Amino acid sequence: MLEMILITAVKVFMVLSAVLTACAYSTYLERKVVAHMQHRVGPLYAGPYGLLQPLADAVKLAFKEDLVPDNVERVTYALAPVASFVPAILIFAVVPFSNGFTWFGYDIPGVISDLNIGVLYIFAMTSLGVYGIVLAGWSSPSKYSMMGAIRSSAQMISYEISYGLSIIGILIIGNTLSLTEIVAQQAAESWVFFGNWYIVKQPLGFLLYITCAIAETNRAPFDLPEAESELVGGYHTEYSSMRFSMFFIAEYAYMLGVAAVGATLFLGGWNGPFLPPVIWFLIKVFLFMFLYIWLRATFPRFRYDQLMQFGWKVLFPLAIANTMGTAVWVVLSGQ
Amino acid sequence: MTLDYAIFLISAAVAVFGATMMIMQRNPVASVLYLILSLVAQAVVYVQLGALFLGAILIVVYAGAILVLFLFVIMLLNLRSNPELSASLPPLGWFTKVAVPVLMVVELYFVVDRVIWPPVPTGIVGKNPDFGSVETVATMMFTDYMYPLQLTGVLLLVAVVGAVVIARRESAEPRKTTASPDNRNEQPIDTVAG
Amino acid sequence: MTEYLAVLIFIVAGIGIVLFTFFFSKLIRPHNPYAEKDLNYECAEDPQGSSWVQFNNRFYIFGLIFVIFDVEAIFLFPWAVAFGQLGLYALVEMVIFILILMFGLFYAWKKGALKWV
Repeated sequence: MLEMILITAVKVFMVLSAVLTACAYSTYLERKVVAHMQHRVGPLYAGPYGLLQPLADAVKLAFKEDLVPDNVERVTYALAPVASFVPAILIFAVVPFSNGFTWFGYDIPGVISDLNIGVLYIFAMTSLGVYGIVLAGWSSPSKYSMMGAIRSSAQMISYEISYGLSIIGILIIGNTLSLTEIVAQQAAESWVFFGNWYIVKQPLGFLLYITCAIAETNRAPFDLPEAESELVGGYHTEYSSMRFSMFFIAEYAYMLGVAAVGATLFLGGWNGPFLPPVIWFLIKVFLFMFLYIWLRATFPRFRYDQLMQFGWKVLFPLAIANTMGTAVWVVLSGQ
Repeated sequence: MTLDYAIFLISAAVAVFGATMMIMQRNPVASVLYLILSLVAQAVVYVQLGALFLGAILIVVYAGAILVLFLFVIMLLNLRSNPELSASLPPLGWFTKVAVPVLMVVELYFVVDRVIWPPVPTGIVGKNPDFGSVETVATMMFTDYMYPLQLTGVLLLVAVVGAVVIARRESAEPRKTTASPDNRNEQPIDTVAG
Repeated sequence: MTEYLAVLIFIVAGIGIVLFTFFFSKLIRPHNPYAEKDLNYECAEDPQGSSWVQFNNRFYIFGLIFVIFDVEAIFLFPWAVAFGQLGLYALVEMVIFILILMFGLFYAWKKGALKWV
């Protein structure tokens, strides 16, 4: 028992540090990629190719004064960054990042926790993600925060259902909620190593997943809550210093989490030829992150009424149709 | 004392604490937060009992959806922890505070004591390791409890219709609330906020 | 059950890392508030009125509709998992269930509750 707790603690430590580092370097990646897409060069001075820029940012933010403006609701104000960060990071508890490996004679599975309700757990965590934003807006005495928060929460709940439904197709085919089993089902059977990936059987589901994932994480072109030109910073307008950076890290952690889940569910997780499983997993997550940034550099922002209508009148019926279509297909193909 | 038992005791205590604090708050947002705390602790208890699906539902539907709606209402009505609101409520006497819970416990005792419980079907509760798992719940839900499930669908349909009717009534007489005297200098930002 | 214990450890570590970061930054950052600095942000003007703005009632309506369809979505998860065992029977049942709810969505759509103006 104690052994198991120790091993888990070590794994948790490793995953947390990996995720936080990845969050930091996602900001670098985003700045560099967007810069090059716009014929700029991006961060350049801190370290070679600006590689130390995230570190410099972190140090700068840690040394900033923490302003708590007048009239805030103090407890919820302090709670909001935590409520934003924790559900985002908790997604990684069930994501299998590798197959098992042996370490000092112990067989260690490549996942922190292989929950047999893994997919439901992820759905639960994404549904809790809205609280950080609502609390931040509610406790800040600024009009921008309040409007950003209510917009953002309405957006997140509108896309959350379609997000959940886009996964159902996989569950119908795979009949399991465990992410480890879903990855195992996608193992290669022939030289076409991606033949069993669920993206092949669920192309519409994959598209729906990506769209809802971007909207869920409040990213461009669905980044209404922090539309800089209208709402300053949105829900975190009144935050500064470490609390502000916690929102920032939470957003990137959420993006990474959703990307990791997407890679696991649709792109075969750590499955792949030649390269080690962890590398394959990282490549797929990176592809997802690159897609995020690419879309941000390409598309203009939605208008709010378009956004809500798109979520309810296009994505939601499509997700239902995809679910039912998959079910009919499974029955007809006689499995 | 095993770890299992310790976790149960802690989460049960947290659940009761959260529920108690929830009804003792003046600030409605704090109330909601304590309710979430209580729900999460209850979910842990459910998971420990093996009722995985119930635990997940508790988080997704209650904590993730219904309480978000509560927060929406609080934000919409701007129910801050204002002293005027609490002053307008008559204070409860100590007698009420003690008598009502005692009465409820007594009542509960009689209910539990007198009701003839149906016999527990064998093979569902007990040694069955799959009890409460998603698969078991699903199989029962779609075979034995088919009609209740469809009735749930009808119930949800009624709820949709109700929501739509409310929406129509409110859009028929818009901006009823914006002209109250104490928030005169706030313009109604219908177009900006959405 | 050990799997759930692992999640519990992860939760504790996740909360711990936030608290540690806040504590650490509290040690090194300056603290020098004064009245002007603590003003609420409003484009460098003195804030006018309270932060409460009249929200569109639609937010509430969308919240209601969300709760209803969230319940529907949560029913789909166990259905999908047990689909392999139940097959056609479950499909017919779920089609009826979905149709009932889709009628609700259609009704809301036609009555303009999903329109955002």
